[in-house]
Amino acid sequence: MDATTPRAGRTTALRADQISLFDRRIALRAIGDAIVKLNPARLMRNPVIFVTEIVSALVSFVALRNLATGQAFAFPLTIAAWLWLTVLFATFAEAVAEGRGRARAESLRRARTDTLAKRLVRAGDRSSYQPVAATALGVGDIVLVEAGDLVPSDGEVIEGVASVNESAITGESAPVIRESGGDRSAVTGGTTVVSDWLVVRITAASGSTFIDRMIRLVEGAERRKTPNEIALDILLAGLTIIFLIAVVALEPMAAYSGSVLGVPVLAALLVTLIPTTIGGLLSAIGIAGMDRLVRFNVLATSGRAVEAAGDVDTLLLDKTGTITFGNRMAAAFVPAPGIDERELTEAAVLASLGDETPEGRSILSFARDRFGIVAEPPAGAAVVAFSATTRLSGLDAGERSWRKGAVDAVLATIRLAAPPVGFSQSVDRMARAGSTPLAVAAGGRLMGAIELKDIVKPGIRDRFAALRRMGIRTVMVTGDNRITAAAIATEAGVDDFIAEATPQDKLDYIRKTQAEGRLVAMCGDGTNDAPALAQADVGVAMQTGTQAAREAGNMVDLDSDPTKLIEIVEIGKQLLITRGSLTTFSIANDVSKYFAILPAIFIAAYPELGAMNVMHLATPQSAILSAVIFNALIIVALVPLALRGVKFVPVGAAALLRRNLLIYGLGGIIAPFIGIKLIDLLLTLLGLT
Amino acid sequence: MTPIGWAQIALVLALVALTAWPLGRYIASVLAGAPTPLGRLLGPAERGCYRLAGIDPGRGMSWKAYAFALLMINAAHFLLLYAMLRLQFYLPLNPQGMAGLSPPLAFNTAMSFVTNTNWQAYAGEGALSYGSQMWGLTVHNFLSAATGIAAAAAVARGFAGGGLKQLGNFWADLTRITLYVLLPASLVLAVFYIARGIPMTLSAYVDATTLEGAKQTIALGPVAFQEAIKLLGTNGGGFFNANSAHPFENPDAWTNIVELWSIVAIPFALTVTFGRIVGDARQGWALFAVMGILILAAIGVVYWAEAGGNPLLTALGVDPALGNMEGKEVRFGIPMSALFVALTTGTSCGAVNAMHDSLMPIGGLVPMFLIQLGEILPGGVGSGLYGIVVYALIAVFVAGLMVGRTPEYLGKKIQAKEVKLAMLAVLILTFSILGGAGLSVALPVATASLANAGPHGLSEMLYAWTSATGNNGSAFAGITADTPYLDIGLGIAMLLGRFAFLVPVLAIAGSLGGKVKLAGGAGTFPTHGPLFIGLLIGVILIMGGLQFFPALSLGPIAEQVTLLACKTY
Repeated sequence: MDATTPRAGRTTALRADQISLFDRRIALRAIGDAIVKLNPARLMRNPVIFVTEIVSALVSFVALRNLATGQAFAFPLTIAAWLWLTVLFATFAEAVAEGRGRARAESLRRARTDTLAKRLVRAGDRSSYQPVAATALGVGDIVLVEAGDLVPSDGEVIEGVASVNESAITGESAPVIRESGGDRSAVTGGTTVVSDWLVVRITAASGSTFIDRMIRLVEGAERRKTPNEIALDILLAGLTIIFLIAVVALEPMAAYSGSVLGVPVLAALLVTLIPTTIGGLLSAIGIAGMDRLVRFNVLATSGRAVEAAGDVDTLLLDKTGTITFGNRMAAAFVPAPGIDERELTEAAVLASLGDETPEGRSILSFARDRFGIVAEPPAGAAVVAFSATTRLSGLDAGERSWRKGAVDAVLATIRLAAPPVGFSQSVDRMARAGSTPLAVAAGGRLMGAIELKDIVKPGIRDRFAALRRMGIRTVMVTGDNRITAAAIATEAGVDDFIAEATPQDKLDYIRKTQAEGRLVAMCGDGTNDAPALAQADVGVAMQTGTQAAREAGNMVDLDSDPTKLIEIVEIGKQLLITRGSLTTFSIANDVSKYFAILPAIFIAAYPELGAMNVMHLATPQSAILSAVIFNALIIVALVPLALRGVKFVPVGAAALLRRNLLIYGLGGIIAPFIGIKLIDLLLTLLGLT
Repeated sequence: MTPIGWAQIALVLALVALTAWPLGRYIASVLAGAPTPLGRLLGPAERGCYRLAGIDPGRGMSWKAYAFALLMINAAHFLLLYAMLRLQFYLPLNPQGMAGLSPPLAFNTAMSFVTNTNWQAYAGEGALSYGSQMWGLTVHNFLSAATGIAAAAAVARGFAGGGLKQLGNFWADLTRITLYVLLPASLVLAVFYIARGIPMTLSAYVDATTLEGAKQTIALGPVAFQEAIKLLGTNGGGFFNANSAHPFENPDAWTNIVELWSIVAIPFALTVTFGRIVGDARQGWALFAVMGILILAAIGVVYWAEAGGNPLLTALGVDPALGNMEGKEVRFGIPMSALFVALTTGTSCGAVNAMHDSLMPIGGLVPMFLIQLGEILPGGVGSGLYGIVVYALIAVFVAGLMVGRTPEYLGKKIQAKEVKLAMLAVLILTFSILGGAGLSVALPVATASLANAGPHGLSEMLYAWTSATGNNGSAFAGITADTPYLDIGLGIAMLLGRFAFLVPVLAIAGSLGGKVKLAGGAGTFPTHGPLFIGLLIGVILIMGGLQFFPALSLGPIAEQVTLLACKTY
């Protein structure tokens, strides 16, 4: 795997536009969209808000009838207005979420221009082609793409090597190599070949290319309700019916008790009791969750995959690039008996001046970082460069000479048949731990050993610990032998590892883990990863990977950064947490509504029920109105939270639940008492009651 | 409220808590078909039953087969009981020559006993023959109780493992529960009751001359055995109209304590059984705690309301320290009456040792609310357990998302199907209670049955529909229940409350049983411990109870506040 080191601080096409929560253009357009979305046929998908709309229409009718017949109409009209606002706020929330996605899609659409493709007349013969509109290409067509051409559609390179600028989709302007065969054979429509040429077999018809799918995803056009969303919808619909029964049954009971409840009052009671808050924000939360993933340069093929990411409890992580930096670097200087560490370090630095390999350079930087030693070659020194045959490098300055390299090569150079026991032991220990030992000699004398090892990324151990607290096991996958793998696994703090892993091993491990009732996420890029990617509950394919891998996974990481798996899980969890928190908040809100509305509507029959007016709301009408207004405004007030998502803290489920229950459960009970009281005060102050 | 009163209450509850663990484990072994001491003794009888009916007790049933068997035997028994009640005049053991019941009353009564409701629109000693009481009602007290426990067992099994296709054998469950739990326990209790003076005879009623020289007919009958299963199976249908307030059903403090224990013993013990079956005792204890905390609060409120006396009488110079003794038996006093009120409505029992109509408004609100919550605190035998599991599923679904995973309860993912079925079950209760009561107060044919005007009248009607739907069977009284409208209407409410709730719950068990059982970990929602207990209490009150709040404010709450203002209707 290459191109795996995280590249910090760069901007991407998608990430570049950090859209503020209420961007003016988006907000303006959302207002228009919100009104369009009032169409009952569309609103029917959302049972809670649909019922609210019907009730609003009913109250409006009553208000207009009263107006026409000269009865009191101000109160029903005000209620009707706020009920309509409740519906509008809900559709507005969805429109804003969609608008943000659309803004992101625009930058993508720029990449999808109409180009002429060079379709080969005969496969295998580059000399003759006919120009065809990219949109007319079919799956299986063979096209030629030369330097300066746009790749007309998604495809597989079958011939040639070229550098391709993929900034249109990844935002990364440095070109990448695409070649036939191997793991870098996939090209994406809309990217540009900057040098050489490629022969490409088209794998996606026009309209279903990667970019097309991305656009539809971020726009929310292809949004289907996810399993959890459907379940939540059923719960909300069930609650709505329950409260509908309760409110309808209340009418005859009130009549029996001697108080006539009008439609506006019953409507107010119903709408404040049904879970309008979560009903209004549910789809916005889903769209925003997908948007967060896209902003993170990860594309999910479905919302289902994002939800599954939250459920994952086992992460399969490739060692190289994810857990370690991927190349061996100097990690320790172990002096031979009688030598001090600083002498050894200086010798090692001088001996490495002629070593241009990454290992050699790592020795210099390690020495600089650890001891502040910067190489100053003696005047007239001659560098002995590293070569694969000598397996050592060095420096010669007159009589003095320094050598560093493979242990046996160095020992042979200084003709030392029996190195000191201490040295041999250190070298053996390094080998056992999976490190590579190098020997250093100066002036024919053995100075000590350098330990080269695959360095575990700083901070990765803490992240794994955080994952463990969240209940997620990490499993390291590596081609190393068991001993090396065990050493690195211990150092990185993973829970398990698969050594000498073949693609089949990965697949078997995933199957075994799933049979234990766990959900597995993994990332991969090669064609041989495809079965495992497909088997995993969340398979993240790298954008640099093969077409097969990209098809098998249910997410594609445009940055090709395997560490992202961790963030993807967090985004999935955050989506579910936001949904759960706002549902809890919405349901908990109901308690206060009873104390606001019930005493107000029964005041005629039983004035003594005024004792239940614990908020001391001014008048029955202001009490009902305050509850309705609070119910409408809370939707708008929570739009930012729905779009941003509830803050995710990587702690155990019990701690997380305690925290969120306190904020959204208890807070949900208390907040409306305060809010309704404040609105009532304001209404009284403005003389509106 | 007095310390001695609380001590009496504590004594009963301590007995319940002490027996829950051994009894729950015993029931679990019985349900698993594991060898028990009684099994050695009665094993031949059990095997004889299977051979006679051609049943293979080891053959598991899918949830559909299980539900079908359950519905079929109950339907058959409904028809049998209906016929028996209509034809009792022609059947043996009828020394008083009781006539057959009218069709609506026979429908209502048959439905009532098949659904474990035991709502009584008739007066036992004035309408039923000994035969009807014995092989009509008593038999169904066993059948309906065993049905409930069997269904609870099936639901618990749905959580036990992964990829289950079967929930056990209904016939085996029914036979084992009856043979090894209900029958022997009833026998022991009946002997105790006989020893305390409860009649057990087939001789005719006795004519006596009172000290004043008046003639009085003293009703007798085979009471003791029916009394035992009436409470143990949370049935509640009394042999006599006065139920457990009658001296021949509940003669003294000792029988009262034993009756109280036997109402809640099995429902609480079943939480332990649940823990055993799902393989995690803590899960059972969490449900036990939720039931215990809420029922304790309910007991406290009733006791407080009744001990405070009636302000209207206090204004007339009655000592409030006596409490509200209207409708209560002096031999039980306020605390043991209050405890009975809460336990009989917290379960689906419905037996009474004090008249609920005479409770203070708040004292009457508690039993009504306990039933409206779905009879889960601790609920009827079996039905309480599967009822609270439905709320646990809803609680886990709503709050479980807040830990950032698709909610799961006991390792089973809760998805659209389960939510749909759970909401359906909860919806049916609301529909039947509020719809029935709402419709009835609008119909003169129904309001004619009410003895009281004002909020108390509304409470009476609300209570009737609540009691029927919740399969409780206790009456607020003050309502003439034997009218064709109420007989049939409430009969349908009982049917909905029992089977329209039970079938979706079995479907949930079937659906969950087939799912993979996920391994728990630090990332999964913990469904034991104080946090979950608090959450479940909140969900039961907010999602199970709030919808009844508007109706309750017009009934008992309005009555309470107007009473405090010294207003009567």
